[in-house]
Amino acid sequence: MTTQRLENHLTLTINGEMVRLKEVSPTMTLLQYLQQSGQTGTKEGCGDGDCGACTVAVIGQGCDRKPHYQAMNSCLIPLAAVAGQEIVTVEGIANGQLHPVQAAMVQTGGSQCGYCTPGFIISLFAAYYDRTLEDAAVEGNLCRCTGYLPIRRAAQRVASGQSGDEGVLHVGGDRFAAKLEHVTPELSPLSYTGNNQQFYRPTRLSDALQLLQHHPESILVAGATDLGLEMSHHRQAFPVMISLEAIAELQQLEQMAEFVEIGAAVPLSRIEDILRGVFPSLDEMLHWFAARQVRNRATIGGNIGTASPIGDLPPVLLSLDAEVRIAGLVGERTIPLANFFKDYRQTDLQPGEIIVSVIIPKAIAPNATRRLSQSYKVGKRGTDDISIVAAAFTIDLDSEDRIVQARLAYGGVAATPVRAIAIEQQLIGKPWNMTTIQQIKPLLETAFTPLTDLRGTAEYRKLLIANLFEKFFVETSGLQ
Amino acid sequence: MSTVGKRKSHESAEGHVTGKAVYTDEQRPPVGMLSVYPVLAAHARAKITSIDTSAADEVEGLVTVLTAADVPGENDTGAIAHDEILLPTDEVMYWGQAVAWTVGETEDAARLAAQKITVEYEPLPPVLTIQDAIASDSFHTSPQVIRRGDPNAALQTADLCLTGEVGVNGQDHFYLETQTSWVIPDGAGHYQVYSSTQHPTETQIIIARVLGIPTNQVVVTCLRMGGGFGGKESQANPFASVAAIAAYKTGRPVRVKLNRQHDMILTGKRHGFLGHYTVGFSYDGRITALDVDLYADGGWSLDLSPPVLLRAMLHVDNAYYIPNLEVRGRIAKTNTVSNTAFRGFGGPQGMVVIEDIVDRVARSLNLPPDVVRERNFYHGTGETNTTHYGQEIFDNRIARVWSDVQANAEVAERKVAIAQFNQTHTYTKRGLAITPVKFGISFNKTQYNQAGALILIYTDGSIQLNHGGTEMGQGLHTKMLQVAAQTLGVNLNRFRVMPTSTDKVPNTSATAASSGSDLNGQAVKDACETIKSRLAPVAAKMLALDTPEEMVFAEDWIYCRTYPSARVRFEDVVQQAYGDRVSLSATGYYRTPSIYWNAETGRGRPFYYYAYGAAVSEVEVDGFTGTFKLLQVDIVHDVGESLNPLVDQGQIEGGFVQGMGWLTMEELVWDAQGRLRTDAPSTYKIPTISEVPEHFKVQLLERAAQDGVIYGSKAVGEPPLMLAISVREAIRAAIAAFGQPDHVPLTSPATPEATLKAIDYVRTHSTVAAKSSIDPDPALKS
Ligand SMILES: Cc1cc2nc3c(=O)[nH]c(=O)nc-3n(C[C@H](O)[C@H](O)[C@H](O)COP(=O)(O)OP(=O)(O)OC[C@H]3O[C@@H](n4cnc5c(N)ncnc54)[C@H](O)[C@@H]3O)c2cc1C
Ligand code: FES
Ligand code: FES
Repeated sequence: MTTQRLENHLTLTINGEMVRLKEVSPTMTLLQYLQQSGQTGTKEGCGDGDCGACTVAVIGQGCDRKPHYQAMNSCLIPLAAVAGQEIVTVEGIANGQLHPVQAAMVQTGGSQCGYCTPGFIISLFAAYYDRTLEDAAVEGNLCRCTGYLPIRRAAQRVASGQSGDEGVLHVGGDRFAAKLEHVTPELSPLSYTGNNQQFYRPTRLSDALQLLQHHPESILVAGATDLGLEMSHHRQAFPVMISLEAIAELQQLEQMAEFVEIGAAVPLSRIEDILRGVFPSLDEMLHWFAARQVRNRATIGGNIGTASPIGDLPPVLLSLDAEVRIAGLVGERTIPLANFFKDYRQTDLQPGEIIVSVIIPKAIAPNATRRLSQSYKVGKRGTDDISIVAAAFTIDLDSEDRIVQARLAYGGVAATPVRAIAIEQQLIGKPWNMTTIQQIKPLLETAFTPLTDLRGTAEYRKLLIANLFEKFFVETSGLQ
Repeated sequence: MSTVGKRKSHESAEGHVTGKAVYTDEQRPPVGMLSVYPVLAAHARAKITSIDTSAADEVEGLVTVLTAADVPGENDTGAIAHDEILLPTDEVMYWGQAVAWTVGETEDAARLAAQKITVEYEPLPPVLTIQDAIASDSFHTSPQVIRRGDPNAALQTADLCLTGEVGVNGQDHFYLETQTSWVIPDGAGHYQVYSSTQHPTETQIIIARVLGIPTNQVVVTCLRMGGGFGGKESQANPFASVAAIAAYKTGRPVRVKLNRQHDMILTGKRHGFLGHYTVGFSYDGRITALDVDLYADGGWSLDLSPPVLLRAMLHVDNAYYIPNLEVRGRIAKTNTVSNTAFRGFGGPQGMVVIEDIVDRVARSLNLPPDVVRERNFYHGTGETNTTHYGQEIFDNRIARVWSDVQANAEVAERKVAIAQFNQTHTYTKRGLAITPVKFGISFNKTQYNQAGALILIYTDGSIQLNHGGTEMGQGLHTKMLQVAAQTLGVNLNRFRVMPTSTDKVPNTSATAASSGSDLNGQAVKDACETIKSRLAPVAAKMLALDTPEEMVFAEDWIYCRTYPSARVRFEDVVQQAYGDRVSLSATGYYRTPSIYWNAETGRGRPFYYYAYGAAVSEVEVDGFTGTFKLLQVDIVHDVGESLNPLVDQGQIEGGFVQGMGWLTMEELVWDAQGRLRTDAPSTYKIPTISEVPEHFKVQLLERAAQDGVIYGSKAVGEPPLMLAISVREAIRAAIAAFGQPDHVPLTSPATPEATLKAIDYVRTHSTVAAKSSIDPDPALKS
């Protein structure tokens, strides 16, 4: 793989037409490419992944391993990452006649200034073929004009078959549905160079590890929802990038009796679909994690790989006592996630290492009879916001409702995601009741020294650290 | 076939949903077009000691750098005062101000070059908040006063008095399309400008001023905007001017499109306000006197702040008759962006202040806030139905919208259910609030209340429609088409609405103050009437009749009222008119009658009429986190006889959600150095679909035709935004349910943190028992 010849062109398919690109920078974003090539239907509202105006649909693998139209923010996609893939933009879905989602948006007054509209259209388009035409399909699309109500009406109209077509339940027969029958959205290996930058997409872990050794200056990229900001916003050009998206070992999602193992490059939307109901706190946090377009690309490996103190999955994974499997050229090691975060945006990852998977044990403590587990995220806005504080709690209780094991994990309160270890210890043996909670709350309030920033003050964060634990107690005890 | 009053989709809807609608920056680029990029100031206030551009020169693709020395005309883009320097010479006035602009073959080249420019500063102490400005006497203007009655005396004799402070936050427009302009020189001294501007005429005037050339050398065209909301009323001007200077200097076409971060850093926002008040009221909750100071945060330059402040002062009464009222207004000068027009134009800030006061009065008396609101409504005729600036509210519809919305929303039943919920829930509480809106329609400055139109009919019967208003999503073009089609009695598909352009209709007003349809609609109608009066005799002649005044234009036919069976096609008449050498183009003109304003006395009739509305909102608040969920919204709003109910409903829903964002989640955060920390959608949160409840019902007030306005319709752009005050007040009601407070101090926006703080206050300040000495009217204590 490392000695393989570097190609100097990329091919991708946009609205059914194959394009062959030479000498383009692999970190040019898909949105920049679309706009520079005159395909201006797709808009830039932020370049940050937050507004959805740039949404395109890419045919990718769903949780059923079958091809699906997946809505993604083209402002965060490096061009090389979609090499070989099929992309649908707003210009490509009307075929002499408006697509049902377009017709419905016209009828309900779903566009006012129209600048957000292409993004909504594509989100609805993807949801149409997934039969998920509900609010969640467009929660990653901002509209400043309509207040969303006519857009909701359009989705409902299409879903119930009032848009001059037969409704979602009868999708089929159209050329987009037919297309899905005939593609295999497998990512092929890629070694590309353009504009003095190299982009590799190996399909085997061993190849990736070798590449990493050959190019110590390289950067790993998975969904690029974090790194994409550097490219989109700061126009940063990385000399060598190694994409982890196509590596089979990183794409596994195994459910065993004792544990679940999630490949580092599995996108969050697939985790959400496959694991629904297994870990309530994970379900909850994934629900509040970014929006559909981002979850279709963001990976669990990327979320812990950034070691961001405000990453949302680490608290959940810490409270579930997850482990990280790490591979290097010399072999593999598995460490508790709690030991993985070293300092502000620093991990235990050594040069040449790659996160392979995250392992979440299912078993509750040996002498416990039941487990309570939930997560909470507080932001200025409920949907698609970065946490002010995120928290995840796992409490194992014995038959007399005494605490056998406690894990209280937080994001947004320290330089890394953390557990309140000292307090967890104090909880052991205590009865699970309001008296215990009230004893613990003041300790929690002073357990960390969070910062004041634009999202919230230190005082508010301290209150949340304690209040969220009480909320957890109240909710799991059926109190109102 | 009537087109007015129909639920017509936006005239560009198909273009929007297919991505084919063209915005300024999506036109076919002319050959050799350059891009510009700003160099941002690193301090909120500082002397510029040097600007070194030498390193930038090495960047491949850099064409030139613009600094103050490159401005051929006046280095100023102020809309009212000439106090808005475009390229600073010696001092920067806010953090992020553009000190210089690079001009590159590509945006990338311009950006790289901009990063290489070094500017040296000598920092000066900035004034960052209204409080700072008051403390250091930093103001743009001297105080303005509007007074009715004798508030001082009335405060002395009032049953009860309260003094307090209300802070109102600002708001970023967050139009989805950032500021964009293209300037294309023709080499002969003329400039064709395409700009995403709500005010092409002003953009034209300011570019001419900056270039030092006569206005007629510049044509400004607005295709459509990806949202405006007031943020492109004056704010397009400086960026268009920079592109014009670059075009002047290089002789090449130049584009500017701000990225989101620059847009948020560089452009003015809704004014933050501070209100200090003393209110006097009776035991039964009637406000007898109000003395209030309103401070608007103008930012570094004046921009449109004076009329914004005035509108706030004229809406500090909202729907309430206050017999003795003095409002003093002043514009603080701070080292932040220069704040500007934003949907409501000061009206919302004035209303937030009075609604805060009314709620406080109610809670201090342990009366339901809606009862106190109702008791204070303008009513009757004469004095009690006349505002503090002396305008009588002839067609007062407050009571109508108020009772309709209460009935629609089943308020009485829901209040019982909410009380029960709150009894049985310790950790979450619900709250409901009803708030009214009375919003004055017309530009305060009388001269802006005029408009023009130009209709061109071609010999095949197809028509071009020009008017002075711009399209930013509000559906103005759609309504203008409906008006024109209705007046000419022809099919809509005969028309093409032309981009708004200063060479078609000159000397226009900004598309603002919700006045777009009122003003331009009348001008369009006027133009159509002129054409009809020319075509009627032609048609009459064709039908061998001699009663042109009896001709009817309907459904593409022209006929005589008394002989409808004999008729001619519209296009045949057009052909004949051409043959007869009858002009097929006409201008139209309109000025709003009978409005006047005396700035000295603070009296007059500034508004042609008022728009009314009322909203009921219900929320649930989480006592652990302070987060809220909006459960239900019911609105009754007065749009007169709607020109287009689909468009009007869209304005009401969109305005409400925008207002809800402003008051609950959109928090602008500046740090101690005056740096804007919320400069992207990752940090500045506007509502998403998930914040909008499933139950959201809008009813247009019935039997509401308004005399003297285009086809009986009323302005709708701004008023609905203020209906969202009901959300803030509902949150306050839910907070109150965590205790029994006589006051719920809630800062704005009501973020989770602000709400939790208020809950904490309520839990520790529940003093209702202490109020037994006051005996509110028992009959109304519901
Ligand atoms: C609009 C928006 C909203 C967001 N909302 C949230 C949110 O709600 N909660 C939240 O937690 N985050 C959020 N994020 C941040 C981001 O989406 C997540 O952190 C995501 O999980 C990153 O995954 P990725 O695959 O895209 O990472 P990438 O951007 O591809 O990579 C991120 C980092 O991890 C490293 N990395 C990736 N995979 C591996 C691996 N297998 N081994 C070693 N290193 C690796 C990369 O080298 C890089 O340094 C948001 C981002 C955006 C743009
Ligand atoms: S441009 Fe806003 S999400 Fe991509
Ligand atoms: S229609 Fe203008 S932003 Fe959605």
